[in-house]
Amino acid sequence: MKFINALKWKLWIFLVLGLSGYLGAQLFIQEEKADFLIGQTSHGHFQIEMACESCHGNGFGGPEVIQEACLSCHAEELKISQDSHPKTKFTDPRNVDRLEKIDARMCVSCHVEHNPDIMHPMGVSLPTDFCFHCHQDIAEDRVSHEGMGFETCASSGCHNYHDNRALYEDFLLQHAGNAWVDESGKQLAVELSAYLKDTVSLPTEMPPLSFPQTQKNQDTLGLWADSAHAQNNIGCDTCHDDRDNWNDSPNMQVCETCHSTQTTQFQQGKHGMRLAQGLTAMTPAMSMDAHSRLKFKASHADTELSCNSCHNPHSVDRVYAAVDACLSCHQDEHSTHYLDSPHGLKWEQVRAGEADFLEGVSCASCHMPRMEVEVMGQKVISVQHNQNTTLRPNEKMIRPVCLNCHSLEFSIDALADPALIKTNFSGQPANTIPSVQMALDRLQ
Amino acid sequence: MKAKMILAASTIAAASLGVISCGGGEQTTAGIEPRIFTDSLFAVMKSDRTNYTKLIVQRLGPNKGDFIKPDEHWEDNEMGAPLPAQMFRYGAEGVAEMTDEFTYSLQSLWPINKQNAPKTPMEQEGLQYIADNPGENFYGSETLGDTTYFTAVYADVAVSPACTGCHNGHKDTPRDDFEIGEVMGGVVIRVPVDG
Repeated sequence: MKFINALKWKLWIFLVLGLSGYLGAQLFIQEEKADFLIGQTSHGHFQIEMACESCHGNGFGGPEVIQEACLSCHAEELKISQDSHPKTKFTDPRNVDRLEKIDARMCVSCHVEHNPDIMHPMGVSLPTDFCFHCHQDIAEDRVSHEGMGFETCASSGCHNYHDNRALYEDFLLQHAGNAWVDESGKQLAVELSAYLKDTVSLPTEMPPLSFPQTQKNQDTLGLWADSAHAQNNIGCDTCHDDRDNWNDSPNMQVCETCHSTQTTQFQQGKHGMRLAQGLTAMTPAMSMDAHSRLKFKASHADTELSCNSCHNPHSVDRVYAAVDACLSCHQDEHSTHYLDSPHGLKWEQVRAGEADFLEGVSCASCHMPRMEVEVMGQKVISVQHNQNTTLRPNEKMIRPVCLNCHSLEFSIDALADPALIKTNFSGQPANTIPSVQMALDRLQ
Repeated sequence: MKAKMILAASTIAAASLGVISCGGGEQTTAGIEPRIFTDSLFAVMKSDRTNYTKLIVQRLGPNKGDFIKPDEHWEDNEMGAPLPAQMFRYGAEGVAEMTDEFTYSLQSLWPINKQNAPKTPMEQEGLQYIADNPGENFYGSETLGDTTYFTAVYADVAVSPACTGCHNGHKDTPRDDFEIGEVMGGVVIRVPVDG
């Protein structure tokens, strides 16, 4: 009997120590903490959901720790968006009654993670009537809103909770009445200096080229000779170090030496946010495994996303980076329809040399647009490498992208038409959003 | 300046308790009366607000030099400049990010933006009082949520044609006959005194 008891104790201790070791290693050592995940996160955070400390700090903080984590990634975006519902609107004591309905001081009041059952496509976990609670009497000021359903405020292309820069009434009036398409429209031009950190000075002459004499490097030399790097006297050692300390695979930190704005933006977006948290690079496989709504090509499932995924530093082919790189992984309906869409056909003209690069509409034109960004306090035209900037809500795309070629009315209608988005805008919007006409009517 | 305000506000909160105990003995600390505190805050606000309206908006705006375009959506205009009411709100929001010892806002019985209409009974009473009694301030106490506030309301008077011209001509204004020197709204300052 004693022997059996002793055996039980030993087995018990062995199991406890084993389980503790397994969970402890996952909690404190391993990057992925799958057994501690209490529920799937949304499309915006699944990339980093295994890095608990990204949002929860050391795990012992209160709601303020999570709020701080939200702001550490999203505060700048909220500021740029001219947030229509800033926290200060709710900290005023006169609005204490509103806090009882929604505590809008905290991001998690509306964006609860780890609960996919209540998460809506926009990343909002509240019931869709959240506007109603504070704005139910809107028809008293706007008779045009009489009879509109509570679910139509933010779902119809009229209003957003945070970003209304392309939807406010004066903007609608200012841009009303244009032709649905302007064939002469084009993307903004970007100066070379916008790609470089302002402390970087380009060499005035080409340094001696020194590299290990392999066939691969010889082939690369031919590519590099026609590249923008070669044209600006950036030789081998700038990225690879010298021949004796040769770095065969320079990483993002090497690119960051000169292209800090671009790498920072990249790490703010879905493609690079894992790198920003110190995790391994994002791959399509992670998205395929993690309930993503997007489809990806199995052949590129393990492609690691970094600067080099889209930009070959030895050829710097912006035509490849703007479309081919995207389509090498993305295989959702919107992406697969691109090449046959009006945008894609225009791009074919660019590819064939029949149209200027800026006249084309690539994937990057909309998802990484050339737009005004603030760098070190200066506003410059640059390629926005954070694809979240224009992603959701999609009305964020209107100002920097759609209006370059289309009317405001068409842009609002098109972006509010999910079926048209799936076909990559091959056709006209099925419905007319009345917001511009309502603004015009009120003016009269 | 702001540090002094925060210090003063803290003192008010302490003074509202009447007595500060120290080292086992009892030591009475004389704090600033809430009314003096809010009067002082309003003096700074009014001075800054008047200067921005007269020296920037009126002098450089469409009423005179036309060098700037004061507009609600000033970020979208190359020569855009915030409206005086927006500058005031930006100040209030900046203060709210630094301290919760006091809050302030600009409101009116005739607001262009309906969000700036009185919400609480005391706001309604105070704005009506200053409109009916030019030159006088309104003071009171109200409980919002679980906090009691000392609430002061001060008249916001039209100081230049920039004020009356914009308000009288705005498509959303409920009133189009404001004259210079007339009360257009009120500054509501709140100081939490318990809760």
